Amino acid sequence: MNTQDYTPFKDQLLAAFREGEAHMNGAGKSAFHQLRRSALQTFETLGFPTIRHEEWKYSNVKTMIGETYGFDTGTALTAADLPQLPIPNLNGNILYFVNGHYRADLSQIVSPVDQLQIKSFADAQQTDAETIGLHFGRYADFQDSAFTALNTAFASDGVFIRVPDNKVVTEPIILRFITDSRQQNIAAQPRNLIVVGRNAEVNVAESYRTLGSGAGFTNVVTEVVMAADARMEHYRVQDESDRAYHIARTQVSQGDNSHYHNATITLNGGFVRNDLNIVLNGQYCESFMYGLYMPNGNQHVDNHTLVDHAMPNSQSNELYKGILNDRGTGVFNGKIYVRPDAQKTNAYQSCKNVVLSPDAAMNTKPQLEIYADDVKCSHGTTTGKMNDEALFYLQSRGIPKDAARTLLLYAFAEEVVAHIKIQPIREYLEGVIRHKLAI
Amino acid sequence: MLSISNLQASIGDKQILKGIDLTVQPGEVHAIMGPNGSGKSTLANVLAGREDYTVTNGSVLFEGRDLLELSPEQRAAEGIFLAFQYPIEIPGVSTTNFLKTALNEIRKYRGQTPLDAVQFLKLMKERMKLVSIDQSLLSRSLNEGFSGGEKKRNEIFQMAMLEPKLAILDETDSGLDIDALRIVAEGVNKLRSPERSAIVVTHYQRLLDYIVPDFVHVLYKGRIVKSGPKELAYELEKNGYDWIIAEVEAV
Repeated sequence: MNTQDYTPFKDQLLAAFREGEAHMNGAGKSAFHQLRRSALQTFETLGFPTIRHEEWKYSNVKTMIGETYGFDTGTALTAADLPQLPIPNLNGNILYFVNGHYRADLSQIVSPVDQLQIKSFADAQQTDAETIGLHFGRYADFQDSAFTALNTAFASDGVFIRVPDNKVVTEPIILRFITDSRQQNIAAQPRNLIVVGRNAEVNVAESYRTLGSGAGFTNVVTEVVMAADARMEHYRVQDESDRAYHIARTQVSQGDNSHYHNATITLNGGFVRNDLNIVLNGQYCESFMYGLYMPNGNQHVDNHTLVDHAMPNSQSNELYKGILNDRGTGVFNGKIYVRPDAQKTNAYQSCKNVVLSPDAAMNTKPQLEIYADDVKCSHGTTTGKMNDEALFYLQSRGIPKDAARTLLLYAFAEEVVAHIKIQPIREYLEGVIRHKLAI
Repeated sequence: MLSISNLQASIGDKQILKGIDLTVQPGEVHAIMGPNGSGKSTLANVLAGREDYTVTNGSVLFEGRDLLELSPEQRAAEGIFLAFQYPIEIPGVSTTNFLKTALNEIRKYRGQTPLDAVQFLKLMKERMKLVSIDQSLLSRSLNEGFSGGEKKRNEIFQMAMLEPKLAILDETDSGLDIDALRIVAEGVNKLRSPERSAIVVTHYQRLLDYIVPDFVHVLYKGRIVKSGPKELAYELEKNGYDWIIAEVEAV
């Protein structure tokens, strides 16, 4: 059996859905809600995956779904709490989502509306129903994913971003998802839709933080659709508590000649599963994927990535790096599909890991499926210990062992962080990483 | 300055140094020669504190302190420098950054104030000239993609920056063409002074044409089997090691 049939959390979710539906009045008949209902049925049938499920072999959700959670409307946090959640000092559009719900009172939008349309997903259901109808659920298919089905069923809030054709959004967008678990365990399921117009450009950073010591369940789905010639930098920074369970799916669809650049940085979190799926639906696309994860304590970080080269002449490049300490565990599963039509594809993948403790572990699985004959593809994974030769070299020059170790690990991590192009974010991350490595 | 007595060391179960006795006074240059596998590099690495080796017997005093008690970084701060036979490549760490960290850690250990960026750059520019090393090389990742000669030059540059009391050159001549050898040797010579000493480990005599030693020692099977003035090196160059080996085996 690949799924866990009965858990209190699943029952709780099913009950919550039905209760929500009872208060819907006429809206229950909308196409939007019909999709949600269908997603709930899929979730009910699939159930939460067990480790017998191939895609969840090394990531056991049992503890996560053994907890019960409250569903909060996101009012708990106040502006007075924000100093506990520092962010890089930059000029930008900064939007807060507390326990999954948009908080206009804490947020600032600085870009002019002709450059950027940004609002809560809840509001956009009223104001941009047509765009949502066109894109929502079209990319992140939920038929084979219980968590995507669950997110779709509960999709109500999150961010909606639309960049009109030929517009460059000059200021970055920072989406701050805060789990406020000071009062109770919290479940939040943000749903994001980002539509980047033809020849438009935008930088989006998603940041995930925890306040409080309760358990947090975050199940977030972000759909990104890029028209021809669009350019996007997309960062995900996870810095949550050891009691945070984080399931994230990012589903990207790229049009002709578009450029998508993703960096997924997992600094902290009890249990993290990221699925980054990119479908290259156009020719001459470029996709870059960088990842850094550094589980320690009992943390677990699982990165699944998929690049689907559906059309010819595109290029994808991937570099994921891990530093694993204590009893920390990691998973990297990198799929590359090159479809029969996708001639002249260049696809590169690399995953490098340093395991610092005998109790830490890393599982890597590159999966290349190539159906075209005129392509260049390569992949490589390495998992090793700290380089003792390098350590001795630095020590022999007078650098104390701990500092030498931090220096080497930082250099290892920096190869990923260097690809973050928004300088204040990069510098902020460098500081946090240095601090975590020095412990 | 350095006093080694009956030093024995092994790697795993294999004993490599079987009782080394050596005294180095301030200002002296000692050459350690010997056939492959005689323990030359082991001696250099044991003195620098590499953990792969276990010291099973003997003592090493450096300026009266028990060197074997100290970590590699403490030894560096006390004034010992090892120029590596195979300098390692360290991606992501530039020579400049790493050397600034190293220099200031050593200064901290000695109770000196750290150099700021301006002072450090000034010192660096001055020492770069000693070994004719290019600034662009130093801002790149440490030794990454460097040629053999560039790596060795970088070692001597680091030595010039850290100004050790005792420099240990481990086969610094290996893999160098004659021009590179001359540059490296000139760098070493410019740093010679009545207070500074050096142990030059080499397989060939040719480096000793440029770095002229006060004493030459022949290491064989983990022991110093012959010591003499610099002329001993010429004899070894001419006649090889066989006659010494024969002498030793005959005893």
